[in-house]
Amino acid sequence: MKNHLLRHLQVFFYSLGELARAPLTAFMTVAVIGITLALPAALYALLGNLQRVGGGWDEGARISVFLRLGASQAATQALAGQIRAMPGVADVRYISPTAALKEFKRLSGFGNTLDLLDSNPLPAVLLVRPVNQGAGAGAAQKLAQTLGRLPGVALAQFDLEWVRRLDAILRLAQRGVLILALLLGIAVLLVVGNTIRLAVLSRRSEIEVIKLIGGTDAFIRRPFLYAGLFQGLFGGLLAWILVAASLALLAGPVRNLAGLYGSDFELAGLGLRAGTILLLGGAALGWSGSRLAVGRHLRAIEPG
Amino acid sequence: MIQLSNVFKRYPGGFDALRNVSFEVADGELVFITGHSGAGKSTLLKILTLIEHASRGQVVVNNKNVARLPRRRIPYFRREIGVVFQDNKLLHDRTVFDNVALPLVVAGLSHQEIGRRTRAALDKVGLLGKEKMRPITLSGGEQQRVGIARAVVNKPALLLADEPTGNLDADMADQIIDLFDDFNRHGVCVLIATHDLRQIQRMRKRVLALKDGELIVDSGSQTA
Repeated sequence: MKNHLLRHLQVFFYSLGELARAPLTAFMTVAVIGITLALPAALYALLGNLQRVGGGWDEGARISVFLRLGASQAATQALAGQIRAMPGVADVRYISPTAALKEFKRLSGFGNTLDLLDSNPLPAVLLVRPVNQGAGAGAAQKLAQTLGRLPGVALAQFDLEWVRRLDAILRLAQRGVLILALLLGIAVLLVVGNTIRLAVLSRRSEIEVIKLIGGTDAFIRRPFLYAGLFQGLFGGLLAWILVAASLALLAGPVRNLAGLYGSDFELAGLGLRAGTILLLGGAALGWSGSRLAVGRHLRAIEPG
Repeated sequence: MIQLSNVFKRYPGGFDALRNVSFEVADGELVFITGHSGAGKSTLLKILTLIEHASRGQVVVNNKNVARLPRRRIPYFRREIGVVFQDNKLLHDRTVFDNVALPLVVAGLSHQEIGRRTRAALDKVGLLGKEKMRPITLSGGEQQRVGIARAVVNKPALLLADEPTGNLDADMADQIIDLFDDFNRHGVCVLIATHDLRQIQRMRKRVLALKDGELIVDSGSQTA
């Protein structure tokens, strides 16, 4: 068992040395794998950031409950209390018609024109903040419908329909990235397979000799499998570096843009978990691609 | 050690390389197989090392019926046989030491054991001082001796040689054949395919002569 492990270690370092002995060839393969893997990884990182943008807006989701005109102060307060006690409601804020008018004057630009009105046309509004933002826009929409049926309520409006649309678009994009990652994963498999195929063919005479003196297929396969593993692993590492570098280049402009929207939004990187998956995925793809190629070509090489 | 009964080998296209060949070789014998090019010497050795399979007949090597050997057992079967090739089949990107050590590395021996046995084999063929050199820098005779060291490093009970002196001058050839004779005296069964009649006459050992795939002479065991 110890011997077995030792032999694996030997081949492990031998394969690593092989890469170092032919640095240009190795680099080319690793670069192709790296760029191929970087594309879906970068899209994944961007999607994650977009989701955080959407999540940010979701935080601000409010249901505006417009009350019937002329509702008394006491009735309004009672209604507010009733809503506050409902499940799914985090907070209720009361905006009196006077306060509403003041805000409308300030934001609409109709300031002086509104002064001409002899009475305030605006109703009282209860701003309801739903709990459990994670449940998405669907729960808030349902809550808005319930609120709309309460006596004394003229209209309950949940006006973040676009959050739901963004949600749907992101889910679509996620599926797209998944499909792309699958296709590019197959591409990596083929790239590694082809490199290993060439390596097997270039060492044909060596393989023949080893077969003649009693080398098992497993023994012959081992260095090629490790070579594939390393190419995939370094390809994954390169992809991570490429994504990190791209995001770093985008960070400045994004901060600028976010600043213009009054947000302190910052681009997030791939993260440790996604990065590790990228490395392990690359290594696994390299190993499998090598396995496929070696298995097919080893049988074809027989001494004779 | 070797038993062939009514062995035929027909290659695709209808060429008969061996026709109804039967003979036995006992443990510890030294046998020359001779015949012109194309007489079937190489085919015979390929069948003994499982590079080729007999079309008909039974082949038993080292107490194993080769026809019943599954593919995955072939490597282990070959480890018990040392083979020397005319073109010596050395790996030119490795040192003499690494070439000779290869069968031991393949068999998974420990580092110390590999070093010990490889040096012993190199010592036996008189190349201990050249273990760090590349085979390409050695003379033809020395390269062949590296090939022999690689064939015997596993201490096989059976040693096969295909035209081991084919590319060598007379002196070198004598040395190589004497080396085989020496292994034989230490109990190794040796089969040498050659058309070097001088060596055959010099050694006075058993001779199997092939002609057009048929065994035409079996001189029987002789004691020198």
